[in-house]
Amino acid sequence: MSYIPKPSFRHPQLPVNDLGLTVRDYEGALSTLCAGCGHDSISSAVMQACHQMALEPYRVAKMSGIGCSSKTPNYFLNQAHGFNAVHGRMPSVTTGANLANRDLIYIGMSGDGDTASIGIGQFIHAVRRRLNMVYIVANNGTYGLTKGQNSATADRGSLAKKGSANPWDNVDLVTMAIQAGAGFVARSFSGDKAQLVPLLQAAIAHNGFAFIDCISPCVTFNNHRGSTKSFDYVREHNTALNRTDFIPMKEEITADYQPGEFTDVCLHDGSVMRLHKMAADGAAGYDPQDRVAALDHIQRRSAAGEVLTGLLYLEPNAPDMHEVMETAEQPLNQLGERELCPGREVLQTINASFR
Amino acid sequence: MKPTQTDSNFYHQVVDCQWACPAHTPVPEYIRLIASQRYTEAYMVNWESNVFPGILGRVCDRPCEPACRRGRIDEEPVAICRLKRVAADNRGDVIPLLPAVPEQKNGRKIALIGAGPASLTVARDLAPLGYEIEIFDREIKGGGMMWTQIPRFRLPARVLDEEVNYILDRGVKLHANYEVTSLKAMVEQGYDAVFVGTGAPRGRDLDIPGRTAAAQHIHIGIEWLASVAFEHVSRVGRRVIILGGGNTAMDCCRTSRRLGGESVKVVVRSGFDEMKASAWEKDDAVREDVEILNFLVPKAFLHTDGRLTGMRFEPVRAVYQGSKRSLVPTGEPPVEIACDEVIIAVGQENAFPWIEQDMGVTFDSWGMPVVDRVTFQSTHEQVFFGGDAAFGPENIITAVEHGHQAAISIHRYCQGLTLQERPPPGVTCVSQKIGMHEWRYDNDISEDPRYQVPHADKKIALLDQKMEVELGFDTAAGYAEAMRCLNCDVHTVFTEKACIECDACVDICPTHCISFVANTGEQQLRARLTAPAQNLQQPLLVSAPLATERVMVKDEDVCLHCGLCAERCPTGAWDMQKFLIKMAQAC
Repeated sequence: MSYIPKPSFRHPQLPVNDLGLTVRDYEGALSTLCAGCGHDSISSAVMQACHQMALEPYRVAKMSGIGCSSKTPNYFLNQAHGFNAVHGRMPSVTTGANLANRDLIYIGMSGDGDTASIGIGQFIHAVRRRLNMVYIVANNGTYGLTKGQNSATADRGSLAKKGSANPWDNVDLVTMAIQAGAGFVARSFSGDKAQLVPLLQAAIAHNGFAFIDCISPCVTFNNHRGSTKSFDYVREHNTALNRTDFIPMKEEITADYQPGEFTDVCLHDGSVMRLHKMAADGAAGYDPQDRVAALDHIQRRSAAGEVLTGLLYLEPNAPDMHEVMETAEQPLNQLGERELCPGREVLQTINASFR
Repeated sequence: MKPTQTDSNFYHQVVDCQWACPAHTPVPEYIRLIASQRYTEAYMVNWESNVFPGILGRVCDRPCEPACRRGRIDEEPVAICRLKRVAADNRGDVIPLLPAVPEQKNGRKIALIGAGPASLTVARDLAPLGYEIEIFDREIKGGGMMWTQIPRFRLPARVLDEEVNYILDRGVKLHANYEVTSLKAMVEQGYDAVFVGTGAPRGRDLDIPGRTAAAQHIHIGIEWLASVAFEHVSRVGRRVIILGGGNTAMDCCRTSRRLGGESVKVVVRSGFDEMKASAWEKDDAVREDVEILNFLVPKAFLHTDGRLTGMRFEPVRAVYQGSKRSLVPTGEPPVEIACDEVIIAVGQENAFPWIEQDMGVTFDSWGMPVVDRVTFQSTHEQVFFGGDAAFGPENIITAVEHGHQAAISIHRYCQGLTLQERPPPGVTCVSQKIGMHEWRYDNDISEDPRYQVPHADKKIALLDQKMEVELGFDTAAGYAEAMRCLNCDVHTVFTEKACIECDACVDICPTHCISFVANTGEQQLRARLTAPAQNLQQPLLVSAPLATERVMVKDEDVCLHCGLCAERCPTGAWDMQKFLIKMAQAC
């Protein structure tokens, strides 16, 4: 952390978005995380994504649980809504919030402990329900707040800071999310904003559960030789499946690539996600909309010791929770008393339908 | 781009104020001393570099301020000049701190002609080395143009005399009231070297109809100011016209306001913005009810029976062809302005009627001596020039720098060393880190707007031409203004091999100076950064290739030197290092 407040002076040529805001208007409080923490880069990527999409901060709700990762919503989008839930309960609280107000953009910030350990039961069901939210796991494979024990996502054999190898198999969150029905699943790396920012934009535009497993090295407890979540290890083993461009709905798509080099996927809100295939082994015929193939590819690359990143799976048109449950179009918190308490006669009609 | 050579020149350039200062005074260093109320030390840092802190703290041309980085991120730059005055106003006894002048001389004798800032600087630099210094000046006391051309309401006699005497009291012999009429004779008197610092003593005249007939009420600006300084003139007509738009014109109009001028008009050929006068001097004149009239070319002095009645002007407008401007008559009828006196302040010229053509000092076609820009030596190896006498009218701080350089040359010349070889500057670069988040400088910069210097009540100030108008910052305002300084001399120093490319510095930087990008040519690189680096005057700091084959590029343009990059850096790849460069002097 730093002791001085960040000066408010900004670069005079800093780009402004359609709202007339610069990226500095999307900042939060100054981070109190360790200097160099990957989580701060994720916060910064969220700010950049929201700035580039010209999201009004008041349309965003930042949801989190407990952990280093869950502190980060304090460090971006000061003007947004926020809820810091009990450890591991962020998915459930977000489910409730989303039911009450479906108009907000929910950005859940969680960590490997908050999601893969204490919150795993909450997480898996939010995925299953295709809750319309962006769920980011800042994944560092270690419990930083409690001084560096291996977390559930630490790879088997990864060395802890004191040298002991992790004897357990890891929970692979992307596999889990795909299996449980998430419509948007990606893996990225806090040290690669060029990849992370467009993925975040597409995740925000996606209708349904958008999951990003973001490897975010813990500089204090898990950035040493032998760790599989260190900056160096991830950079050396990173296999990027594809590169993403996010093209907002209103922008005209100009083709400056040869056909076959990319695939355009139209997202729910009309924006387009352009996937550029990378030359990685096995990526040539990769179809991110084929769930079985995606799961197979992730397993194979993982077995080969690679850290597969990019957009892994996408099902752009799957119905989200509201569609499945046929909830009211208007958010509950905007319905009047007449709609919420329609009276005895309506109740009698409902009761009659069960007889 | 190739990795930046982070040599002393690179770091010096980043300290905009110091780089812009002709004498390269370490500005942030003395501003920090002011902030910690160490006024005497702040004064001495100045004195060592610019010789006249109290004088310059009032009347410097302040090339540092337009250069100040603060001006690029905030409304206005740091009030550097006025902070210098805070140091001067609050200093303790500095005489014991001045360098000792040896009793035993080194046997070399140097003559300095003219007792202005250039000569005084030469004297100051050479006297402690044991040189016997003699200064010759035609006026009754030392100070040169600082005494004759700058009005006392801007520079009180007490302040001027004190700093001039710091030098003259140190075994330097001043021959006052001594007009040198022959340089040849001077050289033949056996001086080892002669330094000419006689300024630009001739005010330019305006040869238009009526000039001779109405001569009694028409004056040359700098001569008239000198007459006021020597109290030969104490009144001026009720209606005064000043011709010219430079700082001398501003001094003339404001002096006129104090000597009975009620309706004082400055009439200028060019537009208001192109006037040569410093913006603040124009402001001060306007504040004292001086009217500034632009785009009027003087055509004739109007008079009846030798009595000046007014002036005729031709209205013009500016026409640009590329960057070349010409003033074209508008065709409107001429403008006549009634007046009782006219002061011509349209420029100054050099004049060396006392330098013999055949003595070995070559003059160019403009009548200026041929002087080496580095050594300040003329074509006569024993004769050196400096100040306005060398290359035409500049300002005090430039004259001081000329003096320093000439003193180095004279010292080397007397030792039989080559003059082109210059002694290197003294450079120190010291990490400012003292703890996890603690630095040896205050990196929490103030976001206050520039503080305004209080002025004396105009009604009272206009009654007395010796009463100082600017009152200077008090210590509280001086502290607050000092805190606006960004400490640009505390540099962000980057070590490639420690960098893990975690982006922490990129994310924290308040002004988006830092980017990690694929390397390319400078032009594309400047466009590729997080915020475009459009200010081509400001260098890029480019690292060697990193592990990802990208390079770290820092645009120095709007860096706040807040040190947050170094605070957020987990590996110490960024460090904040204070870079002090002390330009070489003879002493």
